Amino acid sequence: MSISAKTLDKNEYFYGHKACAGCGGSLAVRNVLKVLGKNAVAVLPAGCMSAVGFNFPQLCFANNAIISTFAGTASMLTGIEAGFRRRGIKDFTAVGFAGDGGTADIGIQALSGAIDRNDNIIYICYDNEAYMNTGIQKSGLTPFGAKTTTTPAGSNIHGNIRPKKNMFEIVAAHDIPYAATATVGYMNDFLNKVEKASKIQGTKYIHVIAPCPTGWGIPVSDTIDAAREIVDCGLWYLAEYENHEFKLSRDPKTFTSVEDYLRKQARFKHLTDEDIKIITDSRDKKWEFIRKNWN
Amino acid sequence: MEKFLSGDEAFAEGIRLACPDVISAYPITPQTIVVEKLSEMVEDGSLDAEFIHVESEHSALSCAMGASAAGVRAFTATSSQGLLYMAECLYYASGGRFPIVMMNANRSTALPWNIYGDQRDSLSQLDSGWIQAYAENAQESLDLALMSYYIAEHKTVSTPFMVNLDGFILTHTYEQVDVPTPEQAEKFLPPYETENKLDLNNPKNMAFSAGPDTNYIFKYKEHTAVRRAVPVIQEAERKFAEIFGRQYSGLIDAYQAEDADYILITLGSIAGLCREMTDKLRADGIKAGVVRIRYMRPFPAEEITKAVSRAKAVAVLEKDISFGNEGTVFTNICSALHGAGLTVPAYNFIGGLGGRNISHQDIIEIFEKIQSGNAGRVNFIGIKEGENS
Amino acid sequence: MIKPTVREKKNFGFADVPEDTSFEAGYLVSVNSGWRSIRPVVNTDKCIGCMQCYLYCPDGVISIQENKAVIDYDFCKGCGICSKICKPGAIGMERER
Repeated sequence: MSISAKTLDKNEYFYGHKACAGCGGSLAVRNVLKVLGKNAVAVLPAGCMSAVGFNFPQLCFANNAIISTFAGTASMLTGIEAGFRRRGIKDFTAVGFAGDGGTADIGIQALSGAIDRNDNIIYICYDNEAYMNTGIQKSGLTPFGAKTTTTPAGSNIHGNIRPKKNMFEIVAAHDIPYAATATVGYMNDFLNKVEKASKIQGTKYIHVIAPCPTGWGIPVSDTIDAAREIVDCGLWYLAEYENHEFKLSRDPKTFTSVEDYLRKQARFKHLTDEDIKIITDSRDKKWEFIRKNWN
Repeated sequence: MEKFLSGDEAFAEGIRLACPDVISAYPITPQTIVVEKLSEMVEDGSLDAEFIHVESEHSALSCAMGASAAGVRAFTATSSQGLLYMAECLYYASGGRFPIVMMNANRSTALPWNIYGDQRDSLSQLDSGWIQAYAENAQESLDLALMSYYIAEHKTVSTPFMVNLDGFILTHTYEQVDVPTPEQAEKFLPPYETENKLDLNNPKNMAFSAGPDTNYIFKYKEHTAVRRAVPVIQEAERKFAEIFGRQYSGLIDAYQAEDADYILITLGSIAGLCREMTDKLRADGIKAGVVRIRYMRPFPAEEITKAVSRAKAVAVLEKDISFGNEGTVFTNICSALHGAGLTVPAYNFIGGLGGRNISHQDIIEIFEKIQSGNAGRVNFIGIKEGENS
Repeated sequence: MIKPTVREKKNFGFADVPEDTSFEAGYLVSVNSGWRSIRPVVNTDKCIGCMQCYLYCPDGVISIQENKAVIDYDFCKGCGICSKICKPGAIGMERER
């Protein structure tokens, strides 16, 4: 049965947390745990979700949950999975929730190691495109042109000068059993990928766009709109990697305006028409590649 | 059974007897033999454990912490740069009160690069909250592998344990070692049981943040737990002696110290040579003695001050220097002497850095220098005072 | 229902602090209602129980009871996602007094 609002576990496993209003990351964590259920064992590295969810004695996970070192999400998952197996426990899911910095930067080595060993874990990267917990600094997943507190937008440099690291394909290059991209804007697609991942043996990686109103400079009520528009305008794609093949989950006939998407966000306010053309061109190039090479 | 084993091999034998559930390790010279042996034991079925090939030392300890948080016995091993690379996890493991055992092959730290033994790696981590023991020989290495779990996992302690073996001098040197039977080991070491674990029937939130209101309480409890290891070490050694017939001497190992005028305090494998020289000096009518520190944490302040209370002078020989100050072992000992109100002259001798040999003659000279008072506070063996100033 | 719950207020003194960093899951000591400047209000006549507000609430404060959205104001931060996502326009945002 496919996952929808109606079939979703009514229990709330992530509750009472101190995330900012409208936080996309907390929405991702909340709903993934609903899919995985009470026997999910969650590992969260230092970052937003651990900072807002684990302040003794305010402990916001109803299921088993633990903070790992910043770099150690995947390696701690490995240890927990092995430990539970040694205790003879079968009915559990070891799941990690790391942000973009915790995944694409400081945690990429441990993640690569876990995939290499094909440890039986689910790794969720909730991507809000910068180090939000420390105050909006550039990460390896900050997109081209975005203003952060370490990529200021001035007359010389217009924010971040490098494109997002391609984590999805980096992970897939390990020939991982299952990888997928998603967005919190299209929740059914996301949660069905989580459900699918939970039934696959080995390492699973899901990369979900989770807007941060604080860091993106959008109203707190607009998280879902932004998380949809990034897909609708083609700057993010919904896809899966499985059985050694890439597959698009949706292939839009037309894209909405990249400029409209960018102009709504304070982090892109400074971009020139030329900058926007660079972004639009790189989108088109990416889609040309995808349509040529993926099913 | 008697076997001819290196320190690394003896330690691996001890770990096989301790039956850890999860072993996560990354290779680094001179630790490699331990993990090679353990992987062979897992392969041949003589050790029933998960052997996890992690991609770094940071992940080695992070994985061990995950296993410990899952409620099972975990082991890892490292050395030098690897210990420093995983340093973040050392504090994490002790704060989380995960009773992991780790073997550290004492090795010099870069730069300059050097693979040989000194103790600057582990001594730089004295404040990390781990119990730290220093083995002298292969037999003690094996025995510490077993005793470390008993002490670390004891309910009143629940603190990670680092066993240090001098790189090459101990890790790679072969000696006759008595390897106990699995039945004996089982009699000695109870299975690991803890409430400090993730539990599906009783879910936990672990490794959380604690603000200023409670943080210091956690830290106080962490401190007292390491202190509580003192009686547990004695308990472990009593039980060990009953089953295996080998009696250890607690936090320190004193030799001819009782009536000694001149006492050399040191740690690790050099102690054997120091004792030999003591015998030689005694034959010449000089009342020399040796105190070997077996545990740097919990620190044996009382034991050391008691052992040197009647001495005329004390030398501290260590393979370490805290640049701009003195050897860290010496600092610890001076603090203990001061705390006990002892005014015995104490001199620091730095030797063996980067594996440099400490000779018979070096040790004789140390005794001569402290006897005559012709020594600086901090002395580098083989370098004359002011040579480089 | 499994869900973190608010416990009786007490000071965490020496004896209450555990030896290890391990504690009962889902133990809450404070609410988030003070964060709000606006609050969502459900018009039950318009609410069709489609559950989209429940699905997209980052704080999980909306449940559907007897086919209508019900909001836990102790933990609602007033982000307004529910109001925006609601197709029938059944959730309005009102200024907190």
